Amino acid sequence: MKIQLRDIAHGRSGDKGDAANIGIIANDDDGYKIIEKHLTADVVKKHFTGICNGKVERFELPNLRALNFMLHNTLGGGGTVSLKHDAQGKTLAAALLRLELEV
Amino acid sequence: MKEKIRIASGQGFWGDLIDAPYDQVTKGEVDYLVMDYLAEVTMSILQKQKNKNPKLGYARDIPALMKRILPICKEKKIKVITNGGGVNPIACAEAILEVAAELNITDLKVGVVLGDDIKDRFDEIIDSGCELNNMETGESIKTYKDKMLSANVYFGAAPIVEALKQGADIVITGRTTDTGLTLAPMIYEFNWDMKNYDLMSAGTVAGHILECGAQSTGGNFLGDWQSLKNMAEVGFPIAEAFPNGEVIVTKHEGTGGRVDFSTVAEQLVYEIGDPKDYITPDCVADFTSIKLDDLGNDKVKVYDVKGLPETDSYKVSCSYESGYSAIGSLTYSWPDALTKAKAADKILRKRLENLNLKFDEINTEYVGYNSTHGPLAKKIDEDSINEVMLRIGVRSDDRASVDRFGKEIAPLILTGPPSVTGFAGGRPKPSEVVAYWPALIPKKLVEPIVKIMESKK
Repeated sequence: MKIQLRDIAHGRSGDKGDAANIGIIANDDDGYKIIEKHLTADVVKKHFTGICNGKVERFELPNLRALNFMLHNTLGGGGTVSLKHDAQGKTLAAALLRLELEV
Repeated sequence: MKEKIRIASGQGFWGDLIDAPYDQVTKGEVDYLVMDYLAEVTMSILQKQKNKNPKLGYARDIPALMKRILPICKEKKIKVITNGGGVNPIACAEAILEVAAELNITDLKVGVVLGDDIKDRFDEIIDSGCELNNMETGESIKTYKDKMLSANVYFGAAPIVEALKQGADIVITGRTTDTGLTLAPMIYEFNWDMKNYDLMSAGTVAGHILECGAQSTGGNFLGDWQSLKNMAEVGFPIAEAFPNGEVIVTKHEGTGGRVDFSTVAEQLVYEIGDPKDYITPDCVADFTSIKLDDLGNDKVKVYDVKGLPETDSYKVSCSYESGYSAIGSLTYSWPDALTKAKAADKILRKRLENLNLKFDEINTEYVGYNSTHGPLAKKIDEDSINEVMLRIGVRSDDRASVDRFGKEIAPLILTGPPSVTGFAGGRPKPSEVVAYWPALIPKKLVEPIVKIMESKK
């Protein structure tokens, strides 16, 4: 079955230098089981091809039903240097919610 | 000892809702008002202002705000803690004392935290063996140090606690961690042992929830945001803290927005790295230990937070000049809006190339199509695109190249694709790029200084 991440989770993103962080929070415990299993660093890295030019790290926060991703080398040099419209990666959480997972 | 204290967030960044701090001290009971004014880029802007006028260099909204809230804070015994002192906390404190005098408040004590500014100490610090290498790139600071505009150490809660102990009604700091502003009153009121790292972490987590203002009460909420009520009058967060480290996040009754598991959780994952390793000058908090209990009625209990001892370093935030940039934009309408914008970009790039201009980067984005999600943007049928804004930016060490770029935008209106508008702001001017240099410094090399300034009697 295919599900879009937006149907089971929400999240927030921001900048840490040239890296962006994306926190994804499942709407319920079942949703957390799905993202814990299927939303891997590799899947996120592939999703952001052409946006994230570095490695992707994944961290788990089960108490919050959340995963945190660090996307390195992503923001065009970061905050004040970047020429990007979204220099702080504020819209990247929404961009990740586009992802379709086969579960 | 108090059974609990209520700490109110009044500002998530310099430029946040002007009335938020006023609402926090008037719409319900609070004991502390904490306000974060400093982003990384802010320090360099403030340093430039101070270079021009030694009386400036702090968040200039503060005196006007104090004029409104000082009588209320005095009457209700609300203490105010802010890092809005920027690169000139003394001048900020002097301005506040002037406001107090105008209001006939003659017994005000303003605590000032100094010592974070190390811009004039580079040689001495490097000589002592601290290289101040860039934490992200590993580069040595030596070739950059003459270009540095500002350099400030992030202090934690300790000097603020000291100022409160010395009787400060208001504490004005320079570069202090956002979380330290909230943790400090808990340490002071509950006599917390600063070696109890679970308690330090509990206060730090509360600080993280408060530091971006309404981002924990429904602002920028990506969950079911359409169900939020009365965001026009959104309430800023309040941390109700207890001596055992438990904190209830809430907001004033009758205000808009929402505090629940989801809104708080979204803020907890905002701008974090490894959640087990949330490093501050006060502790290393473990965000994976945080438990949330949604109590309903806009109350979320945050508890069971664990943490480890602080490291032996402070983080330093330096900023330096790094060339120039400019951004220009033009808007193209249906039909073929995206095709027109792409054609204009191609023409512009060819002209820039013919002029032999020197750029480190040229970046083109199409607002209305792909400027936020880049290659993830859904392909859309050209005919259903009503309009597109071409947004093109350049960056270079060569100011003249950036300046000339700015003169090549408007001509596209008469010399490029049709049905184009949106050039109202004049030529884009080169703006100085300020880059950011994060580093570490051993704590033993920097000593926070606490000074109490009082009304002249």
